[in-house]
Amino acid sequence: MTSPGYDVVIAGAGIVGAACAAECARAGMRVAVIEAALIGGGATAAGMGHIVVMDDSEAQFALTRYSQVLWNELAGELTPDVEFEACGTIWVAADDEEMAEVWRKKKYYEDRGVPVEILDARALAGAEPNLRHGLAGGLLVSCDSVIYTPCAARFLIEQAQGRGATVRLGCAVVELTGRGARLSDGSFVPADLTVNAAGTWSPMLTPGLDVRKRKGHLVITDRYPGFVHHQLVELGYLKSAHTLTTDTVAFNVQPRRTGQLLIGSSRQFGVEETEVDPGILGRMIDRACEYMPGLRALSAIRTWTGFRAATPDKLPLIGPCPGHENLFLATGHEGLGITTAPGTARLLVDQLLSRPSAIPIEPYLPSRVYQESPHV
Amino acid sequence: MSEKVSLVINGATVTVPEGSMVSAAVAIAGVTPFRRSVRGEPRGPLCGMGICFECRVSIDGRAHCRSCQIPCREGMEVRTGD
Ligand SMILES: Cc1cc2nc3c(=O)[nH]c(=O)nc-3n(C[C@H](O)[C@H](O)[C@H](O)COP(=O)(O)OP(=O)(O)OC[C@H]3O[C@@H](n4cnc5c(N)ncnc54)[C@H](O)[C@@H]3O)c2cc1C
Ligand code: FES
Repeated sequence: MTSPGYDVVIAGAGIVGAACAAECARAGMRVAVIEAALIGGGATAAGMGHIVVMDDSEAQFALTRYSQVLWNELAGELTPDVEFEACGTIWVAADDEEMAEVWRKKKYYEDRGVPVEILDARALAGAEPNLRHGLAGGLLVSCDSVIYTPCAARFLIEQAQGRGATVRLGCAVVELTGRGARLSDGSFVPADLTVNAAGTWSPMLTPGLDVRKRKGHLVITDRYPGFVHHQLVELGYLKSAHTLTTDTVAFNVQPRRTGQLLIGSSRQFGVEETEVDPGILGRMIDRACEYMPGLRALSAIRTWTGFRAATPDKLPLIGPCPGHENLFLATGHEGLGITTAPGTARLLVDQLLSRPSAIPIEPYLPSRVYQESPHV
Repeated sequence: MSEKVSLVINGATVTVPEGSMVSAAVAIAGVTPFRRSVRGEPRGPLCGMGICFECRVSIDGRAHCRSCQIPCREGMEVRTGD
């Protein structure tokens, strides 16, 4: 028997909503995706597209590694415009203290089955001749990759559509309950299950969610093929990126297939303005040039900002929304949503269909951030 | 009579009056195109005042220099067509 509605309605077609749509459709569900603006036009378009295994916590490692493997499995199917490049990451150590962190990181990754390689100062200089002299070394994680994010979101939405999903663009969800979505044009899309995948906008659809905006800046240069070969990230980033109180910048450079370089990154809390902040931008570029002096001579062609959806414990919210039957969350991916979208989609659909999951889901369940509230 | 400077454009020496812009030297040498677009189309100077970026060439190994904004220097190495 077919009911008039959908099995699932997803609010938001960023990389997370798109991955969820593709995964739901793959599982045979009848899917509707409602996107207020453009596919991948939110944080997804602003992001760097670095698919990266991280070891900030066991839960972060598990989700990033699981997702990275899923991306690598998908790589063969991706269309050329997704610009998937298996360029790997080099975590750059400036001094002996950071080199000690390289060794710790190597053990952590190897213990968990991720192949890595230590680069000493000479090997680092050989791998990336445009880095400044005198750096201590680095850790090469060759299974990391980069993608062009808006096209990746579009690819996933097209996969979902190929399996029967309905996609509505330019129409916002104004109310999302476990029974369906009310849209800005007044219509109602009924569904058995609903998913809030609206990124930084998710608290507007589900009031009370502790998802805050964390602003970031990026710069893209003209085409300089061969200037950088791997995604390069300073290890100091680990110290700075997790400070919740101050504005931070870090050296983070990515080679694009076009020969362009994406230069990041900055993190700011409590800023709502989308404008480029020249002070932060200047600090970010200075930091990048400290590591790579030759960057000063290159032309930047564009700079922009975006907002990450940050949760208090830096892990995404994936699963049922406490107190709202049949409403699920897939949001709060902070600076890793491009990486973790495919893992998120799997874990979400596992829960929608009561399937077992490949990794423990508990660390990502939204109930963890509701625990302290006496009202739920 | 004004001073002359000599520069090397795609391996060939070109001599121009001092103060000439690189774009002028490339034009005098009869070299086209200055550069190629992402899709391989030929490009050359359009605005002559640093705005359009169509006149870019490599100078002394540095890519994407706006030739209309850079005066010729003795011994400069210019490469076009990238
Ligand atoms: C500067 C910067 C660099 C980054 N670099 C990386 C990186 O290198 N690697 C990585 O893994 N991650 C990176 N990220 C993080 C990544 O971009 C995000 O985690 C990811 O894009 C989040 O995807 P999303 O689908 O949850 O959100 P979004 O892409 O923001 O999608 C949410 C969508 O919901 C839509 N929407 C909102 N409200 C409604 C509504 N009411 N009805 C219908 N639709 C609605 C929006 O229009 C939007 O399209 C970066 C982020 C920033 C800002
Ligand atoms: S001709 Fe337009 S920038 Fe040089």
